[in-house]
Amino acid sequence: MKEIYLDNNATTKVDEAVFEEMRPYFCELYGNPSSMHFFGGQVQQKVDEARKRVAALLGASPDEIIFTACGTESDNAAIRSALEVFPEKRHVITSRVEHPAVLTQCRNLTQKGYRVTEIGVDSEGQLDMAELKAAVDADTAIVSLMYANNETGVIFPIEEAAAIAKAKGALFHTDAVQAVGKVPINLAASKIDMLSLSGHKLHAPKGIGVLYLRRGTPFRPFMVGGHQEKSRRAGTENAAAIIALGKACELAGENMAIENTQVKALRDRLQSELMARIPHARINGGAAERLPNTLNIAFEFVEGEAILLLLNELGICASSGSACTSGSLEPSHVLRAMGVPFTCAHGSIRFSLSRYTTEAEIDTVIRELPPVIANLRKMSPFGREFLKEQ
Amino acid sequence: MWDYTPTVKEHFLNPRNVGDIPDADAVGEVGSLACGDALKLYLKLDDNKDKIVDAKFQTFGCASAIASSSALTEMVKGKTLDEALAISNQDIAEFLGGLPEEKMHCSVMGQEALEVAIAKYRGHEVAPHDHDHDHGPAYPDQEGTIVCKCFGITDVFLKKVIETNKLTTAEQVTHFTKAGGGCGGCIPRIKELIAEVMGKQESGEPRKRPEKLSNLKKMQMIQEVLERDIRPLLWADGGDLELIDIDGPKVQVAFRKACAGCASSGYTSRVVEQKLRDLVAEDIVVEEVAA
Ligand code: FES
Repeated sequence: MKEIYLDNNATTKVDEAVFEEMRPYFCELYGNPSSMHFFGGQVQQKVDEARKRVAALLGASPDEIIFTACGTESDNAAIRSALEVFPEKRHVITSRVEHPAVLTQCRNLTQKGYRVTEIGVDSEGQLDMAELKAAVDADTAIVSLMYANNETGVIFPIEEAAAIAKAKGALFHTDAVQAVGKVPINLAASKIDMLSLSGHKLHAPKGIGVLYLRRGTPFRPFMVGGHQEKSRRAGTENAAAIIALGKACELAGENMAIENTQVKALRDRLQSELMARIPHARINGGAAERLPNTLNIAFEFVEGEAILLLLNELGICASSGSACTSGSLEPSHVLRAMGVPFTCAHGSIRFSLSRYTTEAEIDTVIRELPPVIANLRKMSPFGREFLKEQ
Repeated sequence: MWDYTPTVKEHFLNPRNVGDIPDADAVGEVGSLACGDALKLYLKLDDNKDKIVDAKFQTFGCASAIASSSALTEMVKGKTLDEALAISNQDIAEFLGGLPEEKMHCSVMGQEALEVAIAKYRGHEVAPHDHDHDHGPAYPDQEGTIVCKCFGITDVFLKKVIETNKLTTAEQVTHFTKAGGGCGGCIPRIKELIAEVMGKQESGEPRKRPEKLSNLKKMQMIQEVLERDIRPLLWADGGDLELIDIDGPKVQVAFRKACAGCASSGYTSRVVEQKLRDLVAEDIVVEEVAA
């Protein structure tokens, strides 16, 4: 069975061209970029080129790019650094809908005596800017807010938020893991101090990330040891993955228009067709500004895992807001923060497309999903009550 | 990926006995929309009103909830009410070739629906079940006090599940009942219930304790038990313990991280003491000292 992969917010396919770019750096050009000899030097050149390519996608300059192992590391490094830079400041601001890479770290900080404010969102997943404005004060070391939400695709007004943070002397970090490559970002004209990105969300391999650090921003490294990355991130460079990420960023720049035309059109079609064919469904975050590739849709009276497993049988890969496993028995923290009613929160499914998604694949989902929902509703005691009312 | 046996998958993809029985003799309903799963079980009895001749179900829930319901209906058919009542949640899980531990609550839900149906049929008063978020007990035939507000689960029910499934950690209790899987506010109380059940069981059971020990041997064993049996349990909850001193029967420990200053550390030292008494020597006293 050929898979229909609609889980690109979880991870993406490595672009063939990206893979070709990195291939020589395993068995042939395996030198250490930090070595003095020509054999390492030629790798260093490619790493420099990759740094330029990443910087170009972000509107940054190459010395502002620090390669890390993943988005989570970048998030952790940014927040830890801010706290070390401002040891006297004891307040951190984030949002209730962050990725665990940020949220878990912030919640752990409360056990170390920090004051942590989690800014709420409205029913469409939009950040409460008034709450943010009220929360930032002179004691705030860092404000860390995601650029776009991984579950709903909702985009936060990041520049406005950064301005609010900067006005009070706090550092501003954004987890832009889901946004980079999908929406244009220009850090040259921005107040963002730090930004995290992750390679495997934009067709580079897993195990490579970036922390963007604005020139002049005070920084204390998370990983210490050697002098790699100008002593801002010790550890031998993952050269092949860095080179791959450079290529992936170049391609992302070239394909940005496609994300916002072709991919968006497919997403919109999937959304409107499913809404037309399946009664009692709703789009989570539908009224907010969203990433062009993400659709989070809730079906009442059915449970997400059951939907996913039936889709899986049809070769369709999506993901669910409710993991329905221990520890996450409650529906996703993002949907709960949005106040999505319990009747739908358990039955929320996320489809995330990429530039590889085809029209035929979307057609298949539009054809196959309605009967899946109908069958589960027939089986559900609540679904039956509701069907009787119809 | 889903860690389901072929039987679970098969019963999920081709569930048996979906639907209702309009003239059912017994109907049992547990769970709610808010909880994320719910099951309505219908039973039809023979003319003597003793044997179950037909069973049907409606389930809202994940794949293993649907599979457990399907399995349950197959299992009860042809059984007398008393035979059906003897079915435990482990029997349902076994029928399915096993369930991932975090999905055991699905089998518990099946067993409970069966119990509710039969209790109702036999005339025990059962409170009507509501489907609102502010739900009453998820398992309405169980009297007792609600321990877990998120999932509406009572102490009586929790103790029963802890006892029949021999659960020893709060995490397991969450896997089996969902209690504790929401806000987590009820976890200290769940730990207390485990301690209560453990205490009860241990008094009845013969201990596998060696007869007589030299002091050195005893100290070695205490260290071993702490390392092998106790610290991993604490790690799971983000805590830890350090052995400070052993003085005759007195074992001094200090709790670290999540355990230090935790409201339930009194509970934790009781569990440690019980374990050491069981496995090393009856007279051991565990004392908590400042780290
Ligand atoms: S009260 Fe038990 S999880 Fe919230």
